[in-house]
Amino acid sequence: MSRLQTRFAELKQQNRAALVTFVTAGDPHYAASLAILKGLPAAGADVIELGMPFTDPMADGQAIQLANIRALDGGQNLAKTLQMVREFRQGEQSTPLVLMGYFNPIHKYGVARFIAEAKESGVDGLIVVDLPPEHNVDLCDPAQAAGLDFIRLTTPTTDDARLPKVLNGSSGFVYYVSVAGVTGAGAATLEHVEQAVARLRRHTDLPISIGFGIRTPEHAATIARLADGVVVGSALIDQIANAENDQQAVDGVLQLCAELAAGVRGARL
Amino acid sequence: MTSYRSGPDANGLFGSFGGQYVAETLMPLIHELAAEYEKAKLDPEFAKELAYFQRDYVGRPSPLYFAERLTEFCGGAKIYLKREELNHTGAHKINNCIGQILLARRMGKKRIIAETGAGMHGVATATVAARFGLECVIYMGTTDIDRQQANVFRMKLLGATVIPVVAGTGTLKDAMNEALRDWVTNVDSTFYLIGTVAGPHPYPAMVRDFQAVIGKETREQILAQEGRLPDSLVACIGGGSNAMGLFHPFLDDQDIQIIGVEAAGHGIATGKHAASLNGGVPGVLHGNRTFLLQDDDGQIIDAHSISAGLDYPGIGPEHAWLHDIGRVEYTSITDDEALDAFHKCCRLEGIIPALESAHALAEVFKRAPKLPKEHLMVVNLSGRGDKDMQTVMHHMSEQEKHA
Repeated sequence: MSRLQTRFAELKQQNRAALVTFVTAGDPHYAASLAILKGLPAAGADVIELGMPFTDPMADGQAIQLANIRALDGGQNLAKTLQMVREFRQGEQSTPLVLMGYFNPIHKYGVARFIAEAKESGVDGLIVVDLPPEHNVDLCDPAQAAGLDFIRLTTPTTDDARLPKVLNGSSGFVYYVSVAGVTGAGAATLEHVEQAVARLRRHTDLPISIGFGIRTPEHAATIARLADGVVVGSALIDQIANAENDQQAVDGVLQLCAELAAGVRGARL
Repeated sequence: MTSYRSGPDANGLFGSFGGQYVAETLMPLIHELAAEYEKAKLDPEFAKELAYFQRDYVGRPSPLYFAERLTEFCGGAKIYLKREELNHTGAHKINNCIGQILLARRMGKKRIIAETGAGMHGVATATVAARFGLECVIYMGTTDIDRQQANVFRMKLLGATVIPVVAGTGTLKDAMNEALRDWVTNVDSTFYLIGTVAGPHPYPAMVRDFQAVIGKETREQILAQEGRLPDSLVACIGGGSNAMGLFHPFLDDQDIQIIGVEAAGHGIATGKHAASLNGGVPGVLHGNRTFLLQDDDGQIIDAHSISAGLDYPGIGPEHAWLHDIGRVEYTSITDDEALDAFHKCCRLEGIIPALESAHALAEVFKRAPKLPKEHLMVVNLSGRGDKDMQTVMHHMSEQEKHA
């Protein structure tokens, strides 16, 4: 079983949802970002999404755009992001880590080289925002053949006719983008999320994680009652943006992560 | 013979370029748009409506003008200018805007968004939105707003909301990112009116088709005036819509030499340019695989050109393909060469060209003198230069200071 399968199976046994945290690799710079990454499992993150910085994050709101800029200004690149995963994996073998980003840096790095190094460094899966199933041959097919999960985004605009096409070739979990919009913007109504999860369950047995617009432990708890995973990104990144120094950034992210984890863990009690 | 005019394939690919590299939220919209466009293409009513607005609103056909004084000055090839700058709103951009707004109306969309660099596409979009009574939001980088204030004012007069984009360097690529973010947020109400032959399929093919009226008219006009097809075609390229519009109807005429002119800015060797084909490598941005200005890590590098309309780090995927297979020759012209051509065109023909079009003219000044007098060369004069007064004045006063 892959790390993602194992983790979601364990949590199912415990009757609780996963807290999936997103931070951008190298934000605000390599050392502080690595400290955050290494602290996340102990702070209660069940699955980690690590953003690969890109100059033109077209599906992201202001918070993650700025995180990308901070990371790039700090000298982050794809090779360093893979190195960060290697360092993370030295002490941590059970928490799944998924790289998330846009296709161009991978395309430039070379798809075969990227897949090989991602696998070797301890990456479990990939989320690539601008690779819909129409472009499976570009990365999804070879990544899965190499044993990396490929996590698909499904959205409110993905109708029943299209869902099978999107889910076909998905592995690890399914990420439901609960609002049509960019990251960090508005949140969906509970009713919408409930219906969306029910609709997705008719099409797939994969765990379903819900993201976009979830910022507080209370909100995370509410979503954790409906879905298999709760994704929080921009709220964590705001802790870095608002910090006055590295220590505050690290502490701020890990503190909020712990609060979110408490919310998720207490949700179904 | 295989045709150069049959692309893209069913997946929106020209060779290995193009495609639909967008977030899932947009995929259903793009498929819907492609289907609706296919239907419209076959609908005689749509063709009739388009022809009506092209003639009575845009002012088509635009003249194919024998530039006698340019020809004399160069002393070689016989030079014709395709006068797209005489169109309503002063550039070729309106050809595409009229087509897309009619499509938006068929689809029942109430809100139009667009990105703009020089502001010409923004003005053309605001114009057609006003004509059809639709809400219009234009994204424009802050750098471009500073250097194209007259166009910002024009858009506002036409009732559009101009949203300044501060991200990145505040130029066209940043405006396009922001327009995509708007679209992903307002999926039901909004039609994204892309201004060039780039973006996810069907945009590159659709914009090309709406701009191909340039080349179709040129064909008829040159046959009427000269009794034969031209020997060469020249057009400037940012995203590449005016060039594709002129080139496409001639791609299968193998004897015609076709030349696209990229913006070399301060020179390709300086790194400050906008020449994606001559100074970039393939990558994926804004929904398509094409040549991009990017660093070793695949991060997009900001383009530079004196002409805001060419200031884009990518190029339409069909151009990338035509470059790859060698059907079209892509060359480049620096800021200084373009300015020199700008002044010559003003003095010799009494036509103030857009700085974008001045890049094509500069290429003509290089080539035409070496060609025989019977060589027929058609240049796309894609826009007029009124919008560039501030830029040219600034540049002339800088030169005086250094002189």
